[in-house]
Amino acid sequence: MAHSAAAASDAASPIAPALPEGHDAKGFHRMVFAGIAVLLVVLPFVLYPVFLMKVLCFALFALAFNLLLGYGGLLSFGHAAYFGMASYVSAYTAKVWGLTPELAILAGTVTAALLGLAFGALAIRRQGIYFSMITLALAQMVFFFSLQAKFTGGEDGIQAVPRGNLFGVISLADDRVLYALVAVIFFLGMLLIYRIIHSPFGQVLKAIRDNEPRAISLGYRATQYKLAVFVLSTTLAGLAGATKSIVFQLASLTDVHWSMSGEVVLMTLVGGMGTVFGPILGSFVIVAMENYLAQFGAWVTIIQGVVFVICVLVFREGIVGLFARLLKRPL
Amino acid sequence: MPTILGVPMQALFGQLLLGLINGSFYAILSLGLAIIFGLLNIINFTHGAQYMMGAFVAWMLLNYAGLGYWWALILAPVIVGVFGVVLERLLIARLYKLDHLYGLLLTFGLALIIQGLFRNQYGVSGLPYAIPPEMAGGQRLPFMFLPNYRGWVVVASLVVCIATWLVIEKTKLGAYLRAATENPTLVQAFGVNVPLLLTLTYGFGVALAAFAGVLAAPVYSVNPNMGADIIIVVFAVVVIGGMGSILGSIITGFALGLVEGLTKVFYPEASSTVIFVIMVLVLLVKPAGLFGRAA
Amino acid sequence: MLKRLLLATALGAAAMGAASAQTPVKVGVLNDRSGVYADISGEGSVIAARMAVEDFKAADKGLKVEIVSADHQNKPDVGASIARQWYDRDGVDAIFDVPTSSVALAINQVTREKNKAFVNSGAGTADLTGAQCSPNTVHWTYDTVALGNGTGGAMVKRGGSTWFFLTADYAFGQALQRDTSEVVTRNGGKIVGAVKTPFPTADFSSFLLQAQASGAKVIGLANAGGDTINAIKQAAEFGITEGGQAIAGLLIFSSDIHALTPKTAQGLVLTEPFYWDLNDATRGFSERFAKQAGGKKPTAVQAGVYASMLHYLRAVEALKSAKDGGQVVAKMKELPTDDPLFGKGTVRADGRKIHDMYLFEVKKPSESKGEWDLYRTLATIPGSDAFRPLNQGGCPLVGKS
Repeated sequence: MAHSAAAASDAASPIAPALPEGHDAKGFHRMVFAGIAVLLVVLPFVLYPVFLMKVLCFALFALAFNLLLGYGGLLSFGHAAYFGMASYVSAYTAKVWGLTPELAILAGTVTAALLGLAFGALAIRRQGIYFSMITLALAQMVFFFSLQAKFTGGEDGIQAVPRGNLFGVISLADDRVLYALVAVIFFLGMLLIYRIIHSPFGQVLKAIRDNEPRAISLGYRATQYKLAVFVLSTTLAGLAGATKSIVFQLASLTDVHWSMSGEVVLMTLVGGMGTVFGPILGSFVIVAMENYLAQFGAWVTIIQGVVFVICVLVFREGIVGLFARLLKRPL
Repeated sequence: MPTILGVPMQALFGQLLLGLINGSFYAILSLGLAIIFGLLNIINFTHGAQYMMGAFVAWMLLNYAGLGYWWALILAPVIVGVFGVVLERLLIARLYKLDHLYGLLLTFGLALIIQGLFRNQYGVSGLPYAIPPEMAGGQRLPFMFLPNYRGWVVVASLVVCIATWLVIEKTKLGAYLRAATENPTLVQAFGVNVPLLLTLTYGFGVALAAFAGVLAAPVYSVNPNMGADIIIVVFAVVVIGGMGSILGSIITGFALGLVEGLTKVFYPEASSTVIFVIMVLVLLVKPAGLFGRAA
Repeated sequence: MLKRLLLATALGAAAMGAASAQTPVKVGVLNDRSGVYADISGEGSVIAARMAVEDFKAADKGLKVEIVSADHQNKPDVGASIARQWYDRDGVDAIFDVPTSSVALAINQVTREKNKAFVNSGAGTADLTGAQCSPNTVHWTYDTVALGNGTGGAMVKRGGSTWFFLTADYAFGQALQRDTSEVVTRNGGKIVGAVKTPFPTADFSSFLLQAQASGAKVIGLANAGGDTINAIKQAAEFGITEGGQAIAGLLIFSSDIHALTPKTAQGLVLTEPFYWDLNDATRGFSERFAKQAGGKKPTAVQAGVYASMLHYLRAVEALKSAKDGGQVVAKMKELPTDDPLFGKGTVRADGRKIHDMYLFEVKKPSESKGEWDLYRTLATIPGSDAFRPLNQGGCPLVGKS
């Protein structure tokens, strides 16, 4: 546990990179991206496409969350708010206003961005656990709003959302067509996050995460950087939520409930916090558990609890973090 | 009859009293959480499950061993406390040097397991647990009917909270505890067995949760999910009071019970959300909570 | 590769030829296994479904029935994705039970889209046979309108003319309040107030005091699960019923009353379509059920799964196929229903199953002779009066038939 000592000393940055960035990292990452692209094409022939779409939506959500946690050092307990509001807005605009899917998704994403801007401006003024608690509290208010507002339909949610025609032309009724759209959204989202992490902006973020006073003394406006990464993260979380409501044709209270915020933490943890690819694998594992364990009925939560405990005790760096250590390459 | 915002004064008194009673539960629960956080640096998400276990152990003592409420009030915290000690030794102790996050996730996982096991065994409808006969009936106050048992809850909670506070502030053991919170290495160097201190503290915090569970058993539904619903609110209480502040968590517990009680009169739908509104406001104005010291 | 594929196809065809007498039927029991509705549905519903298949002697009648089950966690998206997977990948022909209105409405959509069959027992929303009715859905056991009708109507007739509601601040709570209020006012009663309570709530004392202060003769509990249990428990504590106010449970089942015990719940009035101790047939079934369910008596929802499964299999037997869900449901509507638990009845054009409902009162501890001896029957509400009239639900299917 290379990072444990450092983490204990600084509550604001739970995660430090497990390994320094190597020179060959970029080339290696290109190979991983190519591998993911191939998997995206091949998997729907092996696995059930709707299940895969769910995985991809959650993977994007977890990637967005990890951008904030792993690279901004900010642990949000309220990311369900952005995911959920975006999914409501996208469902509502698609169903009631009759927007085409891409516009509905855009509307949801913009909502999440604006919400993130407002909430982020409040939350980033505090650090560590207090930051987390403010995000939780704000998310609870969003939950309350979703429950009270008329347009969300209470706990029934917004149901029977039409999948519609992409750009008004391509029908998304076929699971395979929809899958292609979701896969493209996911892939672009992932590339964008990768770009952000490896841009000069991302480097400054990491500097702030590791030592905020030092970064400030170097002349960086830490607050603005933190707000920027917060909004980026909520926007992408919103993109994931908005897409999900089109895929499942519904948006409901589940999406804004605090347990959804917990779920995304779990996905990121299982996959590996602060790794580029960890959240993807993490969400695959968690969604698969939810899907394939459903037949075990009451045992699901127990099994989930056991996975949690094992993760924390045995491999805190997550599955991908473990691989990264074995391969001696950052992932 | 004088009224405030259209609500008769007398009704308002009744509601405030009820708020205070609910605040008693918040106070005991947040006190345990605050002690554990203060010393162990662990955000104990299992607290809700341990509260639930207290109520269930009370039920088991009655149905399997024939021991009534008063025995349960003593034995259940001990039993659940010992369970907490085992958890701490086996699992939680491995995480002290790590970030809060890991402790939170571990205890969250433990809560899922415990609640799941109880659900499998006892279902979700809940189990019956009667008010002890000595406490049946109630007092007719000028403004409301107060069940004796509710009055007892406030008294019991106040006694336990004040006693705990006195032990921590006024005794030698408490001094060790406070010192270990500040600087465990130094205290260890003075020959105090800090790991043992940590274990016992966790056990005590858990016992407080179980005590609250036994208090709750006769008035709330004894079911496996009873702790899951309350834990988030209790977290908020601790944060508002100031993480790790003992007195802060007690006062805030009672105070937020009152605020919640008032909300139930004027805007009932929001009564479960109002605490979070207060939390945001407090954290923005006083970053370390009402009674916490700035980090 | 191609050879193997051909071989497999040939084998498959041969197998189908050999089993031509056997109609495969795959049903999924989808319900809550860990949340508030786990005791009223849960594993008990799966047991009930299995008992129905045995009692129908499906194998002798040429039906090869397979039952799968899953937990929808009361989340519509989880439920919908399980349903899609069952229909698309696993060859499930029909989904049963599905408590929680929001999940039921989602399954209703998916089932219609895939032209399968959805036989609901667990959910309360009357929209399933109203605005959102579907040619692929049958709603068997109860709905909020019937519960409100039974309890609301009967309480007013018994002198409970003024009402105060404790309403869960969720769509189902508001639907219960709306439907019951309608019946109360139609019968000459009056609504004097209501308070929306967050869901879930542990402490109802504050709301109970407001109800007490209102002076209403009846306090209607438009909530469910742990909330209802807490409210009743605390009403006893605060001496509400001793003060002369009656409590009416609008969505409460025998498993909840069992958890409360008659000591706490005595005098509570409620409506259910089934109780294990109604007659010899229900007692016989319940005894067999209890043996498999760890001593628990079946709830109305579990009984509904049993009865609806029998009727579903009858329709499949008549059609010799379960593949076209729309046809199976049409057949279910065409055939009169007859089963040991709900007696004779019909499935209406909008998918509503019609049977009698019963108004029960929870016994006093002195009257209760055993752990499960819970109810005294106050009245039988004939099926024709119990449910919402066919033309008032706004179901688009009704005009056509």
